[in-house]
Amino acid sequence: MAWIVRYLWLIPVLPAAAAAIIALLKQSRRRLAATLAIGSLGLSLLLALIAFAHTLAHPALEYANHNWLQFGAEWIRFGWLLDPLTAVMLVMVTFVALLIFIYSLGYMAHDPNFTRFFCFLALFAGAMLGVVIANNLMLLFMCWEVVGLTSYLLIGFWFHKPEAAKAAKKAFIVTRIGDLGLFLGMMWLYGASGTLLFYDGGAGCLEHTAVAAMAAHGVALGLTASSAIGLLIFCGAAGKSGQVPLHVWLPDAMEGPTPVSALIHAATMVAAGVFLIARMYPLMAATTGGGPSSALEVIAWVGAITALLAAFIAVGQNDIKRILAYSTVSQLGYMMLGLAVGGVAVGMFHLITHAFFKALLFLGAGSIIHGCSEEQDIRYMGGLRKLMPITFATYAIAMLALCGFPLFAGFWSKDEILHSAHLWSISSGPFYLGAVGAFLTAFYMTRQVCYVFFGPRRPAPRTASKPVHESPATMTWPLIILSIFAALLGFVGTPAWPWFQSFLEGRSLALNFGAFTGGMISLMVISSIIVIAGIAIGWWLYGSRPITRAEDPDALERVQPQFFRALGQRLYIDEFYDLSVIAFSRLCARLFQWADRWVWNGAVQLVAWSTRIVSHFDSLVDAHAINAGFDGGSTGLAQGGRLISRFQNGRAQNYLRVLGVALVVLAVILFWSHAG
Amino acid sequence: MTVPFLILAAITLAGAVAAMTLRKLVHCALALAVSLVGLAGLYLDLGAQFVGLAQVLVYVGAVVILIVFAILLTRGDEPPSPRVGRAVGGVVISACVFAVLAWAIVSGGAAQGASAASLAPISDIGHAMMSRYILPLEVVGLLLTAALIGAVVIAMEEKRRTK
Amino acid sequence: MTPLTGCLLISALLFAVGLGGALSRRSAILVLIGIELMLNAANLNFIAFWRYGPHPEALTGVIFVIFSIAIAAAEAAVGLALIMAVYRHAKTTDLSRVDSMKG
Repeated sequence: MAWIVRYLWLIPVLPAAAAAIIALLKQSRRRLAATLAIGSLGLSLLLALIAFAHTLAHPALEYANHNWLQFGAEWIRFGWLLDPLTAVMLVMVTFVALLIFIYSLGYMAHDPNFTRFFCFLALFAGAMLGVVIANNLMLLFMCWEVVGLTSYLLIGFWFHKPEAAKAAKKAFIVTRIGDLGLFLGMMWLYGASGTLLFYDGGAGCLEHTAVAAMAAHGVALGLTASSAIGLLIFCGAAGKSGQVPLHVWLPDAMEGPTPVSALIHAATMVAAGVFLIARMYPLMAATTGGGPSSALEVIAWVGAITALLAAFIAVGQNDIKRILAYSTVSQLGYMMLGLAVGGVAVGMFHLITHAFFKALLFLGAGSIIHGCSEEQDIRYMGGLRKLMPITFATYAIAMLALCGFPLFAGFWSKDEILHSAHLWSISSGPFYLGAVGAFLTAFYMTRQVCYVFFGPRRPAPRTASKPVHESPATMTWPLIILSIFAALLGFVGTPAWPWFQSFLEGRSLALNFGAFTGGMISLMVISSIIVIAGIAIGWWLYGSRPITRAEDPDALERVQPQFFRALGQRLYIDEFYDLSVIAFSRLCARLFQWADRWVWNGAVQLVAWSTRIVSHFDSLVDAHAINAGFDGGSTGLAQGGRLISRFQNGRAQNYLRVLGVALVVLAVILFWSHAG
Repeated sequence: MTVPFLILAAITLAGAVAAMTLRKLVHCALALAVSLVGLAGLYLDLGAQFVGLAQVLVYVGAVVILIVFAILLTRGDEPPSPRVGRAVGGVVISACVFAVLAWAIVSGGAAQGASAASLAPISDIGHAMMSRYILPLEVVGLLLTAALIGAVVIAMEEKRRTK
Repeated sequence: MTPLTGCLLISALLFAVGLGGALSRRSAILVLIGIELMLNAANLNFIAFWRYGPHPEALTGVIFVIFSIAIAAAEAAVGLALIMAVYRHAKTTDLSRVDSMKG
């Protein structure tokens, strides 16, 4: 085993240790805290790159398992593993996180809780990397929960804002609903396979023996055990990755600082759900015959519906970060769809490209917000193209990548998902949903860019006096670096040279232009047309006639006011939850309260009264019969104690004297008894 | 029972008796130093060179100095004792203890005569300290540190709470 | 009288002198000196048993005495610090007047 596999645990432990140290620092040690966080993550990046290079040379899966807890004769074991999937995620997470840490230096420079912020960020990085390298579902779950915790802490970082505190709570509770499913799935998996190790020399729960047994074991309604467990685990992934119907927390999570939105709620943590599905893929895909398993079918549909629904809602939003949040939800839907219809490589490719361009979009948004004095409403921006040229250029690249404009990163990865969906044997529904989603993506991103960067400047009254400025270098350099990746990263996975896919799946690689078959070319052309149509319509509606006043109704609102308002209100999904789930639980609570007050309280009162009567009788007996006896006894004790306390006179020498006498007496007794 | 041994024993005991009976505290401390030096001589005579030198360094060099400082800082001699019975009681008890001990020594031990004189080379002690007794050594180091800090804290002037 | 018996008797005598002082003197510092003497008597025992015992090459007695000396140094430091604290508190080192711990 290579040393990098043996010491792979250092990658998550370094940032976690940095977080622990920062937690002990005083709030005023800002520079030290930032140095620790960035330095530890830099080391992690270095190790991740070494690990990546190692898997390039030896793509086989390697792992190291250790004993952890003992139950009777059984050992619970944990470990870490290194395979191409892990290596790619490690590099992506450490790299993006490092850039965002650096960016935070500028963004959070004036925050009084700067040190705490870096503590949380470093803890997050450690936990996320732990999720990535875990070779045990239990360990993964623990890191997963720590990730959830840091997400909660960071969303609520500005906890004095009531919306932020509420959003943090909402995120925590909604993801917990999904995690309950994950937990049940984990228990079931342990029951079914007897281990939670993923790979363990043939005995792991993702290896052939266990998976085949679970796939052959039917449960109910035509589900196999493997699919049922897979669906429970998917609940957790759906909660974390914001899939319908658990997506409601992610847009609200934008109340956190923007670097947090970029790191956690766009690039890494929300991708953890996708990663989890990719990690559990052998289990998800297991069937006895051929064809896709029922778990994958469900995931494909959920992903496609999420992709479309979130794209729709994004059209009607006015908050720059909320648009991006719904866009993230939509893209996560694509990733799930890609995993389900095309396999690990397809979904993961989109995950990686998305991480770069979405982080870039969020950081760009942060730069805009920072430059516009904390303004987040796109209606009050406008005309920033000239004022913030670097932000504009990088944002435009990211926007084109997200839309899937030909040759940008998103084009290749999204096209591959659509291609796989097109070839899916079950139904062509997800393909059409995805295609419409792609059109909407292009449309809402064009709308956003037109609002923010084009037309005249339309400042809100409260910010009108403050000048707009380009952000400092610590903020723009990460933007520039990320934009290079957003533009070019797609070329590692083109159909003609699918390096990324073959790396993940361990196939050999060859440059093959024959891969551009007629069907694929036509699909590419179609998707390019869809994207360009989306951009063109967006430009026609929002760009060609400059938006001059912030109060003007939206171009779509003029055509379809009711529908647009519904989009703006996020299709009333939160209200629906209010009326269904929350109202139901409130009803239950009221019912229980009524039962408490009248049924249980009555019983308790009855018991209380009878107790009081008995105790009254008891007190009579106490006062007259028992007290007299005890009084006499305690007086005697007190007198005895007073007598003995004479010896305790506080003079150390007296004690020593008693010791000496006792020694002599004891020795004499001892000698006498021996003599006698 | 060599002559040097007897002389050293006499010095030690005389110093000890002086330390326990003299009236001025500073004289007592100096008598203690004499007694400890005598004891160090006994150690050397018995072949334990390292212990003898450590005895001089630690006791005469540090503990006695410490005691002298304490005497100076508390600046007070013992007030003349009003009760003689007290001192007599102490002496009687200690005499009894000595009697018991001596009885035990004389009756108990047909002790072995001296084996071939084997000095303890300092290098052997060093090896033993650093290998077999490394853990106790570390613990003693910790104890000394704790005692140092503790002594400073105890003897430190208490902060006045009232303003 | 064998050399070992001689050593042990001297040590017992030293111990008795220390004990007598510790019992009869009233100054806390003198009591501490008495305690030091008793400790040294014990050390002398160790050395004597090591020297005349069956296994002088084992070095146990010597090592023990070295540790004992180290601990005695710590004890003296803390003890004297306590005496200082008591003196500051009660304005005396007379042990017969420091009896606030009485029962």
